[in-house]
Amino acid sequence: MIRFDNIAWQAGGFRLENVSFTVPEKSYAVLMGRTGCGKTSLLEILCGLRRPASGRVFIAEREVTNLPPGARGIGYVPQDGAMFPTMTVRENIGFALRIRRRPADEIQQRVNELAAHLGVAHLLDRLPNNLSGGERQRVALGRALAAKPSVLLLDEPLSALDEELRDDLAKLLKNIQRELGVTALHITHSRSEAARLADVLFRLDDGRVQESPLLPELP
Amino acid sequence: MKLRVSPFWLSLAVVAGLYLLFLVAMLVATAGYTTPGKLIEALGKREIQHSIFLSLITCTVTALLSLLLAVPVGYLLARARFPGKHWVEAALDIPIVLPPMVMGLCLLILFQTGFGKFIESTTVTFTYTVYGVVLAQFTIGAAFAVRTMRHTFDHLSSRPEDVAMTLGCTRARAVWLVTLPAARRGMFAAASVAWARSLGEFGPILVFAGATRMKTEVLPTTVWLELSVGNLEAAVAVSLLMVVCAIVVLAAVKWMGEEV
Repeated sequence: MIRFDNIAWQAGGFRLENVSFTVPEKSYAVLMGRTGCGKTSLLEILCGLRRPASGRVFIAEREVTNLPPGARGIGYVPQDGAMFPTMTVRENIGFALRIRRRPADEIQQRVNELAAHLGVAHLLDRLPNNLSGGERQRVALGRALAAKPSVLLLDEPLSALDEELRDDLAKLLKNIQRELGVTALHITHSRSEAARLADVLFRLDDGRVQESPLLPELP
Repeated sequence: MKLRVSPFWLSLAVVAGLYLLFLVAMLVATAGYTTPGKLIEALGKREIQHSIFLSLITCTVTALLSLLLAVPVGYLLARARFPGKHWVEAALDIPIVLPPMVMGLCLLILFQTGFGKFIESTTVTFTYTVYGVVLAQFTIGAAFAVRTMRHTFDHLSSRPEDVAMTLGCTRARAVWLVTLPAARRGMFAAASVAWARSLGEFGPILVFAGATRMKTEVLPTTVWLELSVGNLEAAVAVSLLMVVCAIVVLAAVKWMGEEV
């Protein structure tokens, strides 16, 4: 479960006001809105990368408003994947476990398991520079999931991909979310992504978030 | 297929070519002024060998100290927003825009004040010592290193660092594990620029550390001392050595793929 409670945030002339909405446990929520309307800022507030001017944020009934990003139990996949450029795919995926000082064999086992699941097992020794856009997003997803977060946050993860890859990865995202039982919040400005993925749909307009009826999936 | 070059690009190429020709002509003329024999003879002098040794040591120490300052300051300027940032940036450029001789004079005066005397009484004596040579080099070299590191961090996305934080790192650990390894070429470039800049520093060292043979004499001081006694061959030999060092540093930085 993710809950925003009366969140306000301001930067320059741009502001979010009284943003309150709840993403139900283990659902796949999509937050839509125009480019530049504050979707990413809202996600960053949830991640702990920005501090709201007021309001509270809850993850799984626990208030996380003042917790550092790493203590919130989240997995974050930004738009461009944001790979760690000097680390191999193996090191990228195992990063969160390494930070938690997990034993090497446990890290290796988890990395192998995720890599196989995401179809990147053959890429484990490559550096991110040598990956395609779709491969990067798969690795970024593996990296976000390695520490078994309760919440998965996806910031336009499909926007830089071509149509065929976008379909494949959308299917993978939905399957992974279902299998792992994580609560997902996916932000996008694409109606087709929202129609395909959303269990629950929100729209961000003029600094406010409202729940919206689900969109019909395109044939 | 016949390659057609427009007059516009051709004229730009001519301007660049003339400037390059001028630079190369200067270096070739200097190299042609001496012979390998005279070069070896000059470089065999005890004073010059001491000056080479002192230059290499002080420049290396300065480069490392500059990097220690440039990494945090460059990161701060690239990532943080704070009131008066433009003024801080402008102030950090003071050593770049002030005449070097004036920087030396400012250092000398600083160490005549109560604050300067306190520093010297609690640490080491800087004025007219080897420590003064390093401090004079550092004052200017560090400003160039800061510029290079700021440029490096400006071009590195902060996103991977953000992701590392969501995965359990503190900001400092994310910088250490993710950003600094990605900035290693920039760090090499910053240290190289500080090193090369320090190698050529003359005015502040002359004013602040003096030009005592076998004590605070570094390569530019040697050129000046040899010229002042009319020993042009030795001055040319040392100058050529500095040209070679500068070319090696420039080539190394370009090879690493960084802009200076």
